[in-house]
This record gives sequence, structure tokens and C-alpha cells, in this order.
Amino acid sequence: MKVRDIVQYSAKALSGYSVRTLLMILAMAIGVASVIVLTALGEGARVFVTREFSSLGTYILIVLPGRSETTGGPPPLLGETPRELTLEDALFLARNSVVRRVAPITVGSAPVSWKHREREVTILGSTESLFDIRQLTMAQGRFLPAGDPTRGSGVCVLGHKLKTEIFGNQSPLGEWVRIGERRFRIIGVLAKKGQSLGLDMGDVAIVPVASAQALFNTSGLFRVLVQANGRDAIQKAKKTILNTIRKRHEGEDDVTVITQDALLSTFDRILLAMTLSVAGIAAISLSVAGILIMNVMLIAVSQRTTEVGLLRAIGAPSRQILRLFLAESAILSLIGAAFGIMLAFLGTWAISRGYPEFPVTVPAWALGAAVFVALLTGLIFGVLPAKRAARLDPVQALSRR
Amino acid sequence: MIRLSEIERIFPVGGETVHALSDVNFTVSKGEYVAIMGPSGSGKSTLLNIIGLLDRPDKGVYSLEGLDTTELTDDQQASVRRNKIGFVFQFFHLIPRLSAAENVELPMILAGTDPAERKSRVLEALSSYGLSERMKHRPDQLSGGQRQRVAIARATIMRPDIVLADEPTGNLDRSSGTEVIQILENLNDNGITLMMVTHDPDLGKRASRRVRLVDGRISADTGSP
Repeated sequence: MKVRDIVQYSAKALSGYSVRTLLMILAMAIGVASVIVLTALGEGARVFVTREFSSLGTYILIVLPGRSETTGGPPPLLGETPRELTLEDALFLARNSVVRRVAPITVGSAPVSWKHREREVTILGSTESLFDIRQLTMAQGRFLPAGDPTRGSGVCVLGHKLKTEIFGNQSPLGEWVRIGERRFRIIGVLAKKGQSLGLDMGDVAIVPVASAQALFNTSGLFRVLVQANGRDAIQKAKKTILNTIRKRHEGEDDVTVITQDALLSTFDRILLAMTLSVAGIAAISLSVAGILIMNVMLIAVSQRTTEVGLLRAIGAPSRQILRLFLAESAILSLIGAAFGIMLAFLGTWAISRGYPEFPVTVPAWALGAAVFVALLTGLIFGVLPAKRAARLDPVQALSRR
Repeated sequence: MIRLSEIERIFPVGGETVHALSDVNFTVSKGEYVAIMGPSGSGKSTLLNIIGLLDRPDKGVYSLEGLDTTELTDDQQASVRRNKIGFVFQFFHLIPRLSAAENVELPMILAGTDPAERKSRVLEALSSYGLSERMKHRPDQLSGGQRQRVAIARATIMRPDIVLADEPTGNLDRSSGTEVIQILENLNDNGITLMMVTHDPDLGKRASRRVRLVDGRISADTGSP
């Protein structure tokens, strides 16, 4: 029997019982669609996180004061106070050849007031390097000027949201605001940019790092952002940073360096595992569809007993009967999978309409895997009914009317 | 051509075993017209099924054209049924969702015949049985006589040597029954071996040889003419 004839015969048999066939296709389609949509959501989450990280800037290392032990162990009896990470440390790091830019950061919270309006916001003390490292863009004016970072000046840059809340639609350039006990002249406003790693860049005021240190009366830094010369230089930069700080801190390893790559690949792994487990849960609905296929095929076999007997009488070996019924299951699952894919694209389209900022993409491997699993389910659950049909005794099958 | 020796077929019924056939010795030569007769339950259909390789004897040897069929595999038996034997049943056994033409085409589909050849042979067979107007009709749109003629066309489409008919007129009125018998006899005139199970004595009389079964044993055989 030719393959084309097998397909044709099975397709005709399926269309002979249209309601039952449609229900089975629907079950299979829902199974396949849920696998694809959930995978797309997981993949979307991964892309989302990756995008967040790259909005932090490229080839970035983050230097934090204090050593974070990840190996466990009891905390020290007498609390070891980490040495401060100072502005001098940061400037010293900038002298390394593998380092392109360094942005020291001091963070604090202070009220920002203009005329009678006042808001408590995050104050970011940094240098002009922050602009390039965080890949910021200006809506108005300019960023902090270059110059000696150890010398403060009374200028500030406002986040987009903060500017709107205090100044409305007015241009704030050249206006003086009071931050804490000091007065600053506004020289620029940041363009709208989404959140990045939990810090809303719209709701900050950025001042020169030395001014911020004076404002908060501190000599330590919150962290130092270091931009390496390139992807290959990241590991080297990490080593150099640790060495430099150790030398400056009398042999103590009291900073932690986080590379963006390490963070990213950790998140990547976590999210991939999440995607796969979610897809696995969705695969349960596929197996439900498989059981439905098995049930319905069993009914079909008992309804078509005489047909099987006849096929045997006119010269079909039992292997052929097996193949015919397996082909029916396979066709059912493939058509189901095709509808499932359509359903999935409809679903992801609806999600992307509802949440435009969340990137929902259907990965190609998910499509292939869904079709493959659907086919596999159809065949596995089709074996039992097909075997039953193949084992029918032709004489008994034909003795029924 | 057909040689049965010491054929025995046993069915377990409840706790007991029933001898559907016992010690059947029987030879049919090519081109014979044999009527198998006897009361119901005498083993007529079982004999026909064994000859048609749908059933296997529990004991004895059945050789078809010198070939010991009891030693054939399932595939080989299917191939013999496909190429050498045509079945005609009392209840026609047409597949309800397929048209008359598709039902007739089925044995050739199983045999893997080329589609173009299939079409022309189906057309030829159906028109020779006066069914060319009914090709696209499904079985439930055909009369009993027409259905049996479609079934005969299906049984003969592979040009078998033997046609086995199990009560072919049992479900037909007299006139369409006679028509069907005439078609079958016409096949026999063209050299096909025809074996027909019937309990209608009038039909039996038409056959050149009559074999009578009682309780699974041959009680009378008019022998070859």
C-alpha cells in the first residue's frame, strides 16, 4: 500500500466521523497552543531581563564595598566593618589600561524643593562618565560637566519624572533648586528611559559626586561602575580591580566585583529552567489530548470491526491494519498541532497587544518541539487501539453485521 | 488445486469444545462449481473461511496450488488472499463511507497498484456489472442487488482464481438474487473456481458439484462431474 493511499484512506475515515474528529483536533490544538504560548512567555521573560541588563550599559563591572561571602559559614564574631570604597579608589581604577571609564556613585535621599514644591527623591552623586556607562540620553540641556571629580559644583540634572512633577511643562534649565541644605542650578533633564534594575532613572536628581558626598557627609561610595575596554577585557578588568583595591586597602580583599555577564548568564539559566518547566506543565495538557485520542480511537476500532475484517479478507496483513490506524492518530495530531500553532500565534498576538512592553516571542525550537511532541503523543496513544485492531480475528469481525 | 486433508477445527464454547470441522478430506480442481450445503451450524462457513485463509485449521493440511498454507506467515497469507481469492459475503460488507468505485478500488489500493490503472480497472469492472451510473453512490444509496454486484466487482478486481461466496443471496429478493447467481456462474464459465455456501436447495441444484456437511463432517459429495 502506497503512503499516499494510507494517508488518503485514514483522512477519509477521520472525516467520516466529523464531530469526534473535530473534538480530538481541538483537544490537541489546545495542548499544543498552551505549550507554545507558555514557552513564548518564558522566553519573553528572558528577553526582558536581558534587555534590562543591556540598558545598564555594556562591558560593565560593578564594584561594591564589602566582601560578600557566598560560600556560607558562620558570621564573624566581631562584626568586621568593611573599609570604605573612596572616590580616590575609583579614580585610581580609572588609570588601568583595560578600563575605559569609571563612574563612582554615591546614593542618598534628600528633599528637592523649588518655590513651594518639594519632593523627597533619590540623589545620585556621580561624574560625567555615568552618562556613557548607563547609556543615558538627554531631553534638555546637558549632563554633568567634565572636570575634577574631587571638586564639587552646584549643578544638577533631573530625571524626567521629577522634572515634570516639580516644573510641569516649564523649562527648568537655569533654575535653582534646593537639595537638602544646598542650592543647585539645573543644567539638564534626562530623557524618558525605563526602569533599569529597580532604579527608576526618571525619579532622580544627579549631582557631582563630591557635592553629593558633602551633602550626605560621607567619604565612601555606594558603588563604582567600571566599563571595561571590551568583552574580552572584562575578566582581566575584574582581576585588576581586585588587585588594585587590595594594594590600596593594605592587603584586604574588601570589595566585591560583579560582572554583568555573570549576572546575565545566571538569570539566563534560571529563566531557561523556568521556561522549560512551564512548558513541561503545558505538556501535561498534551498528554490529556493523547489519552483522548486513545479513547476515541478505541471506540473507532470497535465501531469499525467489520471494516477491519473486510480489509483482512481482501488481503491486508495485520501489519497494514496497524499502520492504517496509526496513520489516523498521526494525522489527527498533526492537524491538531497545526491548529494549535495558529491558536498560539493568536494568543501571543493578544498578549503583545495587551502588554506591549513585554516581549513575547515564539522561539522556533518551541514550534518544532510542540509538533514533535504532539506527533509522538498521537503515535504513543495510538498504538494500543491500532494493536487491538490488528489483532482482531477476521472471522469474528466479519460475523457481525 | 484446493486439497484439504484431515482438517479439524475446534472452538471452545463455554467449558466444552465444539468440533466445527472434523476429519474433512476434500479436493477441488480448477474451474469447479461447488455448492457447500448443510443445516446451520454444520461448519459450512468455517470450511469456507479456512479455504479463504481467514481461519486456520487446528489440525490437518490445506494446500493451495501445491503450497502448504498452514506454514505461511500472516503477510504471505494476506498476499494469497489478495491475489488468488475473492470473497462475497451475505451482508456485502461494503465500507459505508466510501463510494461504490472506492469500495471496488480498495483491494488494488492494498496491493499498491498504480492509481491510473486502478481507475480504468474500476471503471471497466463497474460498467461490466451495469453499475457505471452508480459509481459515485455510497452503499446506502444502492439497492441490495446493486450492493452485492459492487461486492462481486470488488472480489474479482484482482482477477482471482477462486471466488468464495457465503450465502451471497441470503439478503436479497429472488430476482436480484438470481441476477447475482448468474453473475457468479458467468465468472465460473470463464474459468474461475466458484465455491458457494448456501442452504437453498434450488441454488444448490445449479452447481455441478454438491458437498453436504453435517456436524462438521462431509456426509455427501456428488464428486467432480
